[in-house]
Amino acid sequence: MTDNATTPPKFSPLHQVHVDAGASFTDFAGWQMPVRYSSELEEHHAVRNAAGLFDLSHMAEIIVTGPESAAFLDYALCGKISTVAIGQAKYSLLLNEEGGIIDDVIVYRTHEHRYGVVANAGNRFAAAGALASRAAEFDTTVVDESDPLALIAVQGPNSQAILEALPGLDLPQPVGELRYYWSELGTYDDGEILVARTGYTGEDGFELYILSRSAEKLWHELMRVGADHGLVPAGLACRDTLRLEAGMPLYGNELSPQIFPAQAGLGRVVSLKKESDFVGRAASEAGAPADARVLVALVSEGRRAGRSGYAVFAGAEDGDAEVGAVTSGALSPTLGYPIAMAYVDPQFSEVGTELFIDVRGKRIAATVTALPFYKRKA
Amino acid sequence: MSETKYTAEHEWITADGNVLTVGITDYAADKLGEIVFAELPAVGSSVETGKVVAEVESTKSVGEVFAPVDGTVTEANDAVVDNPELISDSAEGEGWLFKLEVADASVLDGEGFLTLDAYKTLIGE
Repeated sequence: MTDNATTPPKFSPLHQVHVDAGASFTDFAGWQMPVRYSSELEEHHAVRNAAGLFDLSHMAEIIVTGPESAAFLDYALCGKISTVAIGQAKYSLLLNEEGGIIDDVIVYRTHEHRYGVVANAGNRFAAAGALASRAAEFDTTVVDESDPLALIAVQGPNSQAILEALPGLDLPQPVGELRYYWSELGTYDDGEILVARTGYTGEDGFELYILSRSAEKLWHELMRVGADHGLVPAGLACRDTLRLEAGMPLYGNELSPQIFPAQAGLGRVVSLKKESDFVGRAASEAGAPADARVLVALVSEGRRAGRSGYAVFAGAEDGDAEVGAVTSGALSPTLGYPIAMAYVDPQFSEVGTELFIDVRGKRIAATVTALPFYKRKA
Repeated sequence: MSETKYTAEHEWITADGNVLTVGITDYAADKLGEIVFAELPAVGSSVETGKVVAEVESTKSVGEVFAPVDGTVTEANDAVVDNPELISDSAEGEGWLFKLEVADASVLDGEGFLTLDAYKTLIGE
């Protein structure tokens, strides 16, 4: 991470809209992004019960084109991308040679020979750089299109109704026919739009990739038609509690270049069945050391949450062994009790294990549970 | 009631005789986000200047509250323990945290205690 004292902040194409809406801002990977508009709890509940509107224009969009794009992505990413159908999306990882995680990404196949790879804002240059250098031997082109593109997400059970009410959205098939982790290209405001049924909240929802020039219009129109469906603007604060409840890892908290996918519970994302080589394959086949810590879900009673960096102990006494550390934690707005994700020594990872989180000098009992903490009703 | 004083740790203090009422400022409450948990000092406990005596937590972060002066806790605001959102809604009113009996409330006229104007300058308002 660079020192922002010397780097001017970056602003979303929707920045003025957020200022006008009275948002509070936070620095996120060098971007000034809305952390909340009024109440992060109300925004959280709105996404669970109605719908929330997120500006995610800080995310990085890297476009891959050319006849060998599929083979290239099979090599550059750990998943099998060549079997992804046109219109389909896939969650994948960019690994280093040591098998650690450079970034987690979503790949959208939009055309026969064109893919969009969406990376985290903080990893934009690491991801684009790794992809570009891995493309050298392939007939493919990697272009970082993050700057001209905006990303707006509509998340929550009313998302489909809101998109159906949006005027001027021209799509080949109705959004209601779009399945989870599928997308379609359409037209909006005389420009291209990618409508994807993806998200990071654990709810049904859509992510809309659009040219920056159309972002304000799309935002205002969604707010207007969404008013009847309980749509509220939602900031990054509730995005974090929503993804945590849904058990989704966050790069920088649960994922890092020193973490193997298997440690993070993402072993299924690494396709060792894939015939071709990929960066990190040898290390992935060797696997993480047997004593490597693994990610667990912890639940506690009361209202006091473990937080990133807090130590996890095997017992409540001073002499008891330190067996791990919390990576994310919060008092769950939906569930009403504290939840956390932590890396712990493997012998303490079984569901039902009683552990203790050191919350600023006090040991709070926490029980290992299965992820996710929250799952929406089908 | 004396003039409200502020600290660089974003606390406010009023004095009624030698009993001080302490809370966090509206600015601090806004920066924390909605408060979902508050832990207050036990009534009767002695507190020492600069030591953490209370904690307020939002979903995103933790705010520590320091004892502004040496004293004895005479009251803790149970209403904010039951309804931590009172702090978010009214940090400088109903969301007060605790009361301290001190030897001499005139310490508030000394160094480290800011007037409203000085506090506003500190937070850039």
